[in-house]
Amino acid sequence: MDSASTVPDIIEGETSTSPQRPLARVPLVLNKRNFSWITERISGVVEQPAPRWWWVMFTITSAIASIGLFCIGYQISTGVGTWGLNHPVGWAWDITNFVFWIGIGHAGTLISAILYLLRQKWRTSINRSAEAMTLFAVMCAAIFPGIHVGRVWMAWFLAPLPNNYGIWPNFRSPLMWDVFAVSTYFTVSVLFWYTGLVPDLATLRDRATTKMRKFLLGVFALGWRGSNRHWRHYEMAYLLLAGISTPLVLSVHSVVSFDFATSVLPTWHTTIFPPYFVAGAIFGGFAMVLTLMLPARAIFKLHDIITPQHVDKMAKIILLTGSFVTYAYAMEFFMAWYSGNQYERFAFWNRILGPYWWYWWVGMLFCNMLSPQLFWFRWCRRNVYVVYFVCMCVNAGMWYERFIIIVGGLHRDFLPSSWGLFHATWVDIWTFIGTLGIFTSLFLVFVRFLPSIAMSEVKIVVPEADPHYHSPNGHHSIAAGGKERI
Amino acid sequence: MRTPSGHKVYAMAAEYPSPSALYEAAKMVRDAGFKRWDVFSPFPIHGMDDAMGLGKSWLSAVVLVGGITGLLTAAILEFGPSWIIYPLIVHGKPYTWRTVPAFFPIMFELTVLFSAFAAFFAWQLMNGLPRWYHPIFNWARFTRATNDGFFLAIEARDPRFTEIEAREVLERSGGQHITIIHED
Repeated sequence: MDSASTVPDIIEGETSTSPQRPLARVPLVLNKRNFSWITERISGVVEQPAPRWWWVMFTITSAIASIGLFCIGYQISTGVGTWGLNHPVGWAWDITNFVFWIGIGHAGTLISAILYLLRQKWRTSINRSAEAMTLFAVMCAAIFPGIHVGRVWMAWFLAPLPNNYGIWPNFRSPLMWDVFAVSTYFTVSVLFWYTGLVPDLATLRDRATTKMRKFLLGVFALGWRGSNRHWRHYEMAYLLLAGISTPLVLSVHSVVSFDFATSVLPTWHTTIFPPYFVAGAIFGGFAMVLTLMLPARAIFKLHDIITPQHVDKMAKIILLTGSFVTYAYAMEFFMAWYSGNQYERFAFWNRILGPYWWYWWVGMLFCNMLSPQLFWFRWCRRNVYVVYFVCMCVNAGMWYERFIIIVGGLHRDFLPSSWGLFHATWVDIWTFIGTLGIFTSLFLVFVRFLPSIAMSEVKIVVPEADPHYHSPNGHHSIAAGGKERI
Repeated sequence: MRTPSGHKVYAMAAEYPSPSALYEAAKMVRDAGFKRWDVFSPFPIHGMDDAMGLGKSWLSAVVLVGGITGLLTAAILEFGPSWIIYPLIVHGKPYTWRTVPAFFPIMFELTVLFSAFAAFFAWQLMNGLPRWYHPIFNWARFTRATNDGFFLAIEARDPRFTEIEAREVLERSGGQHITIIHED
């Protein structure tokens, strides 16, 4: 855009030397950037040719994704025996990965829906990419229940349809609830995400130079023109989507936890599972948001939009949800003791001292309980390297946690004669690594082709967007400099 | 209404330098008694609905209907097969009112799903979208409505619309680049 050179990047009438009011809030967009700077910076990422690092990254991640897809193909064509599943461990990496990925998605919905209802304005800088992360994580999650059934061509049994004997699925089964919960979650997340995207697609459409871009963006922007009569219904729709996504996201991981909690297995059969799983999901999801966001921010120089304040607040949420999780872990041990149930007591001794002892000591104790405690300190929340370290710990720790719950619960249950161990095969391992590749590839495609920050929403948190805003010297921004912003 | 060169007039429009200027202008146009007019901004401006004299959006009613439809769909989908078509006793659990809570999760999910679809389609249909062509796009400056431009347009269909009166209110409210936008 030619206006880039003529428009000063700061809001006129405010200079960086203006004295800070002592009680003023820390601004969410730093350096007093104006509307057109936001448009330029965010659209620029999409409009300029892909930088070399992008191709390097994408080559690596898509190669890993291809290995994952190969493993999925191999597993489907050969059978579930290619995985290390056996008696008594009939669920292992597959369901661990499913719960891991679906949990990661929850942070995106928390940011886009719950923080919206709570009027947390800082969410605007991160909600778009967090929602995209949700979609990609749920896609990765959906792979595992799809293929672990063994005969994927029978996956239509998941649908609420009668089979050839006229028998319908059991609607009172948590596995059936799961099908509805996850598919609803994915669909609603797509609708919410696309609704938020429309005004930004219109921005890109109005800046498009090539015929192809004009056509495609024109179609997907739906003819959006920023009319206030449209914003009125749009905002109500957005509010309601946020309102219904909030109980939805809480229900999804609750339903996932019912898969375990409604069984009779020691360590699974507990009522604490739904809130424990939801807190863990948000905990792990925020770690993944930061894992993706911190490099993206550095590469695209978005430090004025994703500020230290944003990182700080996300670190605090990790600390909060990490504390919930720590409490839940402690309460599980307490209940095992307090219940007086010998199987339950044994299962928890086995968790910390059994064959999978180090999963607990490293994954749950160090990664999930101890590492977030660094976030009590402001210095740690403000240091991106410390934040990144903790996020990596949490990413790993939450995977371990699900493994401990699933395999730890299954491998030694009531009858010692049927005890056993789980050993992952190369197909197990590479299918999981492959989904990491699929996830990162999709995310790279997203940052390349769509605005990864919600421009229309970030503009709202600029002080100038307030209809009662007056610049400090008493004029509107236009009058202050005496010249017009063209 | 047509221009001397024979073009049909869609609206008289002006640009404003800031959200606050647009907000004040909207109040003036509202008070001048115009009905068919609109403001355009890259983001929703807080309080603009009141400044334009618009009430609360009734989209919520559509979503309520969607939610109720979802709940009823789930109820029929679950109780139909489970109680009537092919009752299947799993784990010895009977079909009585005591076991109804086991049907709640799916009822909840479908309520949410249908509400979301209702909200998604309602905001488009109520706004007349998708509509890929619109006369306001004829104005070259208007591409900035999705960037950093703030616009107000009074449509020629408005019963009070005359070129003089529309221009007067736009000028009085501080509008710049006042122009006539053609219909085609």
